[in-house]
Amino acid sequence: MRSFTRAVIGTAAVALLATACTGTSSTPQADDDATKDVNLTFWHGWSAPSEAAAIDGEVKAFEAKHPNIHVKVVGNINDDKIKQALRAGGANAPDVVSSFTTDNVGTFCASNVFSDLKPFLDKSGIDLDKTFPKPLQDYTQFQGKRCTLPLLNDAYGLYYNKTAFKAAGIAAPPKTLSEFDAVAKNLTKVKGDSYSQLGFMPNFHGYESTTTHFAALWNPTYFTPDGKSNLAKDPAFASMLKWQKSLVGQLGGFAKLEKYRATFGDEFGAKNPFHTGQVAMTMDGEWRLGMAREAGVKFDIGVAPFPVPDDQADSYGKGYLSGTVIGIAGTSQKQNAAWELVKFMTTDTDAVVSFANAIHNVPSTLDALKSPKLTADLKPFIGIAQHSKSSTTPASPNGGAYQLTLQDFGYAHEAGKVTDLAAGLAKTDEQIDKDLVQAK
Amino acid sequence: MTTLRQKHRRETARTLAFLSPWLIGVSVFFLYPLVSTVYFSFMKYDGFTPPTWTGLRNWQYVFTDYPFFWPALRNTLWLVVVMVTLRVLFGLGIGLLITKVKTGAGFFRTAFYLPYLAPPVAATMAFAFLLNPGTGPVNNILGSIGLPQPGWFNDPSWSKPALTMLALWGIGDLMVIFMASLLDVPQEQYEAASLDGAGAWQRFRFVTLPNISPIVLFAVVTGVIQTMQYYTQPLIAGKVASGVIGGAGQQFEPGYPEKSTLTLPQLVYHLGFQRFDTGGASVIALVLFALAMVFTGFLMRSMTERSAA
Repeated sequence: MRSFTRAVIGTAAVALLATACTGTSSTPQADDDATKDVNLTFWHGWSAPSEAAAIDGEVKAFEAKHPNIHVKVVGNINDDKIKQALRAGGANAPDVVSSFTTDNVGTFCASNVFSDLKPFLDKSGIDLDKTFPKPLQDYTQFQGKRCTLPLLNDAYGLYYNKTAFKAAGIAAPPKTLSEFDAVAKNLTKVKGDSYSQLGFMPNFHGYESTTTHFAALWNPTYFTPDGKSNLAKDPAFASMLKWQKSLVGQLGGFAKLEKYRATFGDEFGAKNPFHTGQVAMTMDGEWRLGMAREAGVKFDIGVAPFPVPDDQADSYGKGYLSGTVIGIAGTSQKQNAAWELVKFMTTDTDAVVSFANAIHNVPSTLDALKSPKLTADLKPFIGIAQHSKSSTTPASPNGGAYQLTLQDFGYAHEAGKVTDLAAGLAKTDEQIDKDLVQAK
Repeated sequence: MTTLRQKHRRETARTLAFLSPWLIGVSVFFLYPLVSTVYFSFMKYDGFTPPTWTGLRNWQYVFTDYPFFWPALRNTLWLVVVMVTLRVLFGLGIGLLITKVKTGAGFFRTAFYLPYLAPPVAATMAFAFLLNPGTGPVNNILGSIGLPQPGWFNDPSWSKPALTMLALWGIGDLMVIFMASLLDVPQEQYEAASLDGAGAWQRFRFVTLPNISPIVLFAVVTGVIQTMQYYTQPLIAGKVASGVIGGAGQQFEPGYPEKSTLTLPQLVYHLGFQRFDTGGASVIALVLFALAMVFTGFLMRSMTERSAA
């Protein structure tokens, strides 16, 4: 009995120790003096030499304006590393962090891993509505808490092989989905039981042809005002899934397309199927043009907004928006100095324009979008970014879990495993809601 | 009386001092993580805000509402049963063959051992490219001789067999252990069995197997534990086969294709480090721990009983 009591006490003691050892964060007071000499650590995810050079150039421009603030730049950081570092804190933890994963903003804000930026915005007199486009404001906050700001923007449009268009006698890119379906079929060349050229890869594993990117063409509402999943109630999702499955059928069927997809190179490699001519059209972000040039693509490339549903033809020009976000680590003891860097990188028009040109991204401020210094390549995407009907996916407390669940349902639907679409969407809603309850 | 008590205390202190390296190691690297994992499995904890008690909610979520758990458990059990069994049989078979080889044994030993030294990520990527259904040389050869061309890592019904092939390719570790144990079997026992008229199978069944049974048990138990921790190969295979290996900021689909390469350790990472759900991740870690204990206990008991019989 005594040994049992000892064991219980010992276990309780270790449990208490475990509790005491857990990392908890509390946002430090922003009382550091940003005019004094200070060293900041800035983490970002860019890794290509040209991108790293571009961000180094930005930081040098910042240091020239703020000679007392010295920035140590650490690149090639992904979100998993960010989360671990900010959990652990410590002297080497970053003060300013940027992330490519817009979907994680909900998690970053809800868990206080990034500081609330409202006091800093107020202090600097920055009016968000006059500075950033509305969708970018949306995906950088969660339930009214603004813990990040947009650092450049990604807009998705249609890339097409102009040479293939010319050979097929197609004069202009399609503007509605019915036109798009016809063009995709026209450009598809069957070879044996496969293709020598596919007009478009509609399967949801076809890289950027995801459920959320397609759904943006219908301007869907993912969640009800009380935070419940809204897939079954918003007809946008059923319309998107029906259109996609119809196109899969028109282009040869799911199994045949999947077999062809298995021959594709990596999305971000030189052998991307659009580069190799395996597909004549693709949905992609503004970075594709630069990547295609670097890959030495021989044909002429055209860029246009992605076609829209026929009953929404007047909204042609819109598209899915996303982008990199930047924030201040909640654990940073140099919040005011960190804010100076964040403010410079996100709101200084010259900084935003030069960075956008350097890494082929769409600028993220209203002033920068109007800048004459922007390169011509970005023009079609600037139109998409400024379109009033362009949309994004909302932040959620468990990151992009709801998008994965929808995508999973999309896989089943395109493969013909869903017999009742409405019931399937309702079940997907249930799953998303369960995941949200677990995250709260 | 006092002297006796002092002497006893001194002896206890000395014993504890000698035991302290082990005690500290077990406490810090086993007991503390185990107890804290149990503790967190009943907590809502995101790593940033203080943990709060949630009772059985994490357990309920994992077992009834988390859509990846049961497919991952099924996959893990499939791999434990099929992959471990085949690895032990293949390793033993190769070991037996190589111990019989008279010429070129060194070459064969090296040839079968080398793949084991390949880094798991590189080996998996190489396999994914070799087994690419559209452009890989394996399917080209199969097609040229009129055989069916599987989808390998792109087909949910072939992805686990493809992972098993990868595991068999890296059989070098078991081969070496089995070779050492086979060479250790006393030759006079084979001679005595031959004199009694035992054939090759009977010599293997009644001489070789009883002698190497501790090594077989070791191979099975470590194989089960390693397979419970199987993480890198299925993750890389899924990423390479799906083509989404370089996209920063993308939602990565766990277990491509169709959750067929999901394993429980992937879920621990997915929940704990990507969704900030330390509670759910702790539940899965405890399930893994319990499974490893049950498998190991069952194997050790059945082997002990067989030895006693």
